[in-house]
Amino acid sequence: MSDTTQNGPVLAADGTPLKRSLAKALRMQKLRALMLIAPLLLFILVTFILPVGDMLFRSVDNRIVQDVLPNTVRALENWDAASSELPDEAVFAAMAVDLKAAAEIKVHTKVAKRLNYENPGMASVFRKSGRKVRKWDVENEGPYKERLIELNDGWADIELWRTIKTYSGQRTMGYFLNAVDMKLGADGAEVRPETERIYNTMLIRTMRMSLIITFSCIMLGYPVAWLLANITTRSANMLLILVLLPFWTSLLVRTSSWKILLQQQGVINDVLVWIGIVGDDNRLVLINNELGTIIAMTHILLPFMILPMYSVMQTIQPTYLRAAKSLGATNWTAFWRVYFPQSVPGIGAGSILVFILAVGYYITPALVGGTKGTFISNLIAYHISSSGNWGLGAALGAILLAVVLLLYWVYDKIVGIDNVKLG
Amino acid sequence: MSALPPYATTGQRAWYYSFRVICGLIFFFLIAPIVVIIPLSFNSQDFFTFTPEMLRLDPEGFSLKHYRDFFSNDSWQSAMWNSLKIAPMATLVSVTFGTLAAIGLSQPHVPFRRAIMAILISPMIVPLIISAAGMYFFYSRIGLQGTYIGVVLAHAALGIPFVIITVTATLVGFDRSLTRAAANMGADPVTTFFRIQMPLILPGVISGGLFAFITSFDEVVVVLFVGSAGQKTLPWQMFIGLREQISPTILAVATILVAISIALLATVEMLRRRSERLRGMSPS
Repeated sequence: MSDTTQNGPVLAADGTPLKRSLAKALRMQKLRALMLIAPLLLFILVTFILPVGDMLFRSVDNRIVQDVLPNTVRALENWDAASSELPDEAVFAAMAVDLKAAAEIKVHTKVAKRLNYENPGMASVFRKSGRKVRKWDVENEGPYKERLIELNDGWADIELWRTIKTYSGQRTMGYFLNAVDMKLGADGAEVRPETERIYNTMLIRTMRMSLIITFSCIMLGYPVAWLLANITTRSANMLLILVLLPFWTSLLVRTSSWKILLQQQGVINDVLVWIGIVGDDNRLVLINNELGTIIAMTHILLPFMILPMYSVMQTIQPTYLRAAKSLGATNWTAFWRVYFPQSVPGIGAGSILVFILAVGYYITPALVGGTKGTFISNLIAYHISSSGNWGLGAALGAILLAVVLLLYWVYDKIVGIDNVKLG
Repeated sequence: MSALPPYATTGQRAWYYSFRVICGLIFFFLIAPIVVIIPLSFNSQDFFTFTPEMLRLDPEGFSLKHYRDFFSNDSWQSAMWNSLKIAPMATLVSVTFGTLAAIGLSQPHVPFRRAIMAILISPMIVPLIISAAGMYFFYSRIGLQGTYIGVVLAHAALGIPFVIITVTATLVGFDRSLTRAAANMGADPVTTFFRIQMPLILPGVISGGLFAFITSFDEVVVVLFVGSAGQKTLPWQMFIGLREQISPTILAVATILVAISIALLATVEMLRRRSERLRGMSPS
């Protein structure tokens, strides 16, 4: 080989510089990997991410007011909401035009429903007037201020106009404020009166009960994980089946079995009466309250606590404990100062997992929780399927999702997504 | 814990045995609620507790009447068939897409790997009620709400994270020199995939598929929102039964489902061991 070729760029077999041909191969490899992933990515985006995003958008979407009452919204721009005077004739005329147009295609009830969430009572004003205004000639039958107020004295209420003005934007924080028991007043957000606060109570209850469930899972899971990690692999595999079987059993089977067991005439009460702990006439109320939800969900989520704890405890060397004891530590000191700190990552991983799953639970609280033991999920389901206040449901959902994603991010930092193991 | 040393004090002995008793009780708590419904399902009365006849082991106390009811009742039967129509289709979709993507993800150079992984796993993280509500709105807008296809797509999306996780786990131990050797000997990528890679990762694919199947077969929240009466599945029927008027037939259904889950658990365990054995054989 001559000196010149050694100093020049290294060439691949076909004469192109090796660097470039390697880069090309790498690009091809990346492209091939992405081509393999693309179909699934597209599938998930369309069937899952888009729907969830679409729902979250509903929590701030407020186009309906502007779409149905365009003239009124424009006319109200010149009106000072802080003043104690009703808007002028122009606003009332615009409202009459909008209301007639809306009533003809029957959308005035929709905007009525929307505004009613913010100011109860507005729906009836809109609905009653809409029917009448439909027959008006809105071009030259003024003055509309007197006529509308004559039709329904709700139009003389200044709060009604303030609400329309406050909620005339395309986007609103109203649903989110509702979801944390606040409301949008004429001058910014304000806290709702004590009697109207339900959502904070619900959020706090969900958090509190999830914490209790997580804590009971730690208390019950730790001894079992310790036992599994400290016996022979053969027996551990046998006992592990007892943990995995509930994990694999249908959620509804487990919930229905708790529903049956916890009844006042159920097996648990029967056994307690038979032993003589409780009298036949005052059987325990174990279901349709918080206790029922906690018992059933602790059982359902316990495997999710035991499995991560077990996999961490498996890696703790038993020799450390023996070393501690040979240095004079008592059993308790050896456990508390040597073994326990090493098992904390397992507790952390299990706890976050259990807590994430618990805050989003719907089925079990709905079936065994009664009215006292339901979660925020049940409230979301109620708003989506029964009350029709989709925006509020979406806002509650967004808050729940934010909590879960935050915790998940922590989980990812501690454990890593890739380390999620199944079975 | 393995064994009690001969020099253990009385206190240590007491703790050793009481610890075992505590663990036994926790295992009892885990298993008993599932096991107890099995004998209850053979009750000849319409009760949800053990009758005196059953406790005396009197044959009069036992019967198959709840099972007969399950197999003759139209709403239970149509629910079962709906479940059997939806779950395999959803599994097929998630296994096909999921396996391809898992192979892509385990290539050495994947741009945005973490972000892609996070998106693909998201159906497992997002609380079901949020997924269900989102799909309800979106699918009704594009006309999929209340259709068989809508439910299958929704369930497939929920099953995909499980396929991704199990298959990528299997691929971690996959020896790349095998595919290179195949390519070297003139096999095209498709042949290499089906004759070399697929047989080796099959245990992971099948257990991922079983996870996806059980996810769809057990799922109730999403189907409640996305499905209509025509897609009423077994869990949905159970949910209604539990919420409105609970009938003892539910015990028989629960027992059948427990039997199915035992079978699935056994299969997954077997596959996991087989996969570990296979990977142990390949040079690494």
